[in-house]
Amino acid sequence: MDLWGISYAISDILMHIVYWIFSGLLGLLPDPLGGFFDGIGLWFVSPGVIAFITMLLEALIVIIVALLNVIILIWVERKVLARIMDSRGPFYVGPLGFFQNIADGAKLFVKQIIIPKKADKFGYQIAPIIFVGSSLLILAAIPLSADFAVKDATGATIPGGILFAFAVFAIAPFSILVAGWSENNKYTLIGGMRSAAQMMSYEIPMLLTVASVFLLVGSFSFGDVVNAQQNIWFGIPLFLGLILFIACMIAEVERIPFDLPEAEAELVEGWTTEYCGMRFGFFMFTEYLRGYAGCGIATALFLGGWIGPDFLPGEIWFLIKAYIVFVVFVFIRGALPRIRTDQILDLGWKRLLPLAVLNLLIAATFKILGWF
Amino acid sequence: MAEMWINMGPQHPMTHGLWNLRIKVDGEVITDAMPEIGYLHRGMEKIFENKTYVQIGPLTDRLCYGSSFTWNHLYCMTVEKLMGLEIPERAKWIRVMAIELQRIASHLMWLAAYAADLGLLTGFVWAMRDREIFLDLLQALSGSRLTYNYARIGGVAADLPPDFERDCLRAVDYFERKLKEHENLYNGSKIFKMRTVGIGILKREEAINLGVTGPTLRGSNAKIDIRKDQPYEVYDEIDFEVACHTDCDCWARYIVRMTEMKESCKIIRQTLQKMPKGPVRVKTPMLAPSGDAIGVVEDPRGEGMMYLIGDGTDRPYRLKVRSPLFVTLSAAKSMLLGYKVADVVAIMGSIDVCMGETDR
Amino acid sequence: MESSSNRVEPVGKKELSQLVSGFERKLERELPLSIGPDLTEIAVKREGLVSARCNKESILKLARLLRDKYGFEHLSLISAVDWRDRFELVYHVRSYANYCMMEIKVPVPKDDLEVYSVTSIWKGANWHEREAYDMMGIVFKGHPDLRRILLPEDVKYFPLRKDFQLAEED
Repeated sequence: MDLWGISYAISDILMHIVYWIFSGLLGLLPDPLGGFFDGIGLWFVSPGVIAFITMLLEALIVIIVALLNVIILIWVERKVLARIMDSRGPFYVGPLGFFQNIADGAKLFVKQIIIPKKADKFGYQIAPIIFVGSSLLILAAIPLSADFAVKDATGATIPGGILFAFAVFAIAPFSILVAGWSENNKYTLIGGMRSAAQMMSYEIPMLLTVASVFLLVGSFSFGDVVNAQQNIWFGIPLFLGLILFIACMIAEVERIPFDLPEAEAELVEGWTTEYCGMRFGFFMFTEYLRGYAGCGIATALFLGGWIGPDFLPGEIWFLIKAYIVFVVFVFIRGALPRIRTDQILDLGWKRLLPLAVLNLLIAATFKILGWF
Repeated sequence: MAEMWINMGPQHPMTHGLWNLRIKVDGEVITDAMPEIGYLHRGMEKIFENKTYVQIGPLTDRLCYGSSFTWNHLYCMTVEKLMGLEIPERAKWIRVMAIELQRIASHLMWLAAYAADLGLLTGFVWAMRDREIFLDLLQALSGSRLTYNYARIGGVAADLPPDFERDCLRAVDYFERKLKEHENLYNGSKIFKMRTVGIGILKREEAINLGVTGPTLRGSNAKIDIRKDQPYEVYDEIDFEVACHTDCDCWARYIVRMTEMKESCKIIRQTLQKMPKGPVRVKTPMLAPSGDAIGVVEDPRGEGMMYLIGDGTDRPYRLKVRSPLFVTLSAAKSMLLGYKVADVVAIMGSIDVCMGETDR
Repeated sequence: MESSSNRVEPVGKKELSQLVSGFERKLERELPLSIGPDLTEIAVKREGLVSARCNKESILKLARLLRDKYGFEHLSLISAVDWRDRFELVYHVRSYANYCMMEIKVPVPKDDLEVYSVTSIWKGANWHEREAYDMMGIVFKGHPDLRRILLPEDVKYFPLRKDFQLAEED
């Protein structure tokens, strides 16, 4: 599915409609008004503007696809987690409980919004915006297949796609700190700081693992990384890297076993305590969005991306592999207790960092031997 | 960060009941702790002085709603000692069986709450699922799932329903198999060990001096169990082991409780085999003689005791209840000093708090 | 050895002397000699239970003697009873090694409500004494932190006293 092609077609139609409104209808007015509108109409159909609108439409389609996927992912998690716990998960709303998320979202929409009196208003409002916005931005860099990527008129994707994705991933701890501090609550402050510390310490082994992939490929673009996996997926020689990446991604996304910052039993939802209604819903939703983005990146880097037999299009293969990685996340959540914060940081710095360096050495060895 | 006092509770998902834990923290390390109770105080001891002996029976269930049969039975035993009553043999065996069924249900509830606190939600659901079986058995015996009023002064309320032995044996067999699954989930989990090993250490001498009893004491390397030291009902005719562990930390208390559940299964099997036939209740006098009596039992949480003073009427003059958790909670400071805030959940969870009996 | 669970108390002196082991007999003999006239009415009620009555001046001395010399290391319960003309504190202490429990009754006159606290000997007495203060008003000298425990801090009455009026529904 060619994303540029579809978006171009839609944008073409839309711009021609606008052209017809301006030049066709309003251009019939007497000069010089008619000529003015005619000029505007012609401007709308120029290649630059059509390309610009195409890119907006591409972003819109990517976001819609991602949001749909996230809703399906939340349903998958609830069902699989329930089976691990010997129960059934949602089954009432919709077939197999599929619309339960929509029901939960509707419930969150109608809640009363209570803002603490002494909360810092600016920080309180802007923290969710930064958090959600930056997480949506990651999706701009992740292509679902060679054609289903956000491209510009020359057919080029975001240069340094992987680097861009991780840079944007790392904006979130900043917004969590702001959120935790601006709620004027001792506990949320502690939760926010713990969360930021955890996320920042797990960035490093993750980036080292990505560096090992970069070593084998030589380019930061997603397309190049996937194309280099035509013969063998990177997850097989760099198996250590795959495991490390999954562990670090679970810590970044703050799921159990690494979810002490928002642990119910200890800090009552941690840094999101004072947020009500849909703002809280946005935080929860964005966690799954980041989980989806993380699974997507893991698939592209280690599991061959959209490479697969031809009877299914590349996008479906990508999604299948991303879902499998996510189900692994869910299994881990079902089976393990929470780790204490200082033990989490201990694990990140003392165990995962040396292993990531070891992984880098393994990749360097492969490169020197000339196998890649 | 400077030292500050943090309030955990009274509204807090961790605390399992209504109490307040004030801890003084220096950064992340705890330097002082002060539990505050009394939010659930219902004035039970004063109520007991104004009700007849029969009316008090259902009230004693509400002393600790997590293991209500134990208190019911303790009360009946104490009154029988005061009145000098001898209850039939069959009633004693049925009481022991019900006590052990209640012990398993109470320990399973502790396990579910502990797992949920530590983030292992699967453990929570599994423990609650297995607890349902025992609640069903107790419901067949007494008619209700949580507060039974099954032990009466003079015996038990009614005999076993038909087919109860078969159902009970089936349940115990099933549970012993499922207990292995539970153990795999916890013993094999390195993270669970990281959260509980070496945390909340309470040495043996200090524990005994502080008055701590029950699994907390047995986890501190002291093989002390009222059922063996001062046997009541028919415990001297039953063959079982006392669970004990040498590390004095939360892991030891967890192992002690799991072992106690296995031993309870053994005890239940023996009671079902050895139970004689006969009546289950004797007629009781309405007035109690003057004098006093004490009754001591091994509650799932420790040493439960009642001190009863009768004055010749049909109401007690003074009924004092010793709750094991009242004393174990006061030892919280010794268990918490020097650990981190995130360990509070693990340590307080391992002593199995139930506020009903602490506050009365 | 016949179990104590079938015994009903009190028992006849002849049967008791066959059952009771040497430890209870030793206590019955030696404690009055160590404490003196303040310790009265010491008796072996049944196997494993020795009861005594002690004046409140000597309670600290008796507690220290019991813990250090006879191995009574566990304080089970401190109850407060209101006998209308006096209060009474009942201490139950247990010796794990000797399988024996001792019941000590300490009368407290209504015009002198101060008793020595035994928290320096058994730390487990801390909250028991706070509860006795909270419910009956008995003040313990030397207690590290004597405040109300079950009732709120600003309450002025002591509920478990017999002259406390309940709001009856008549």
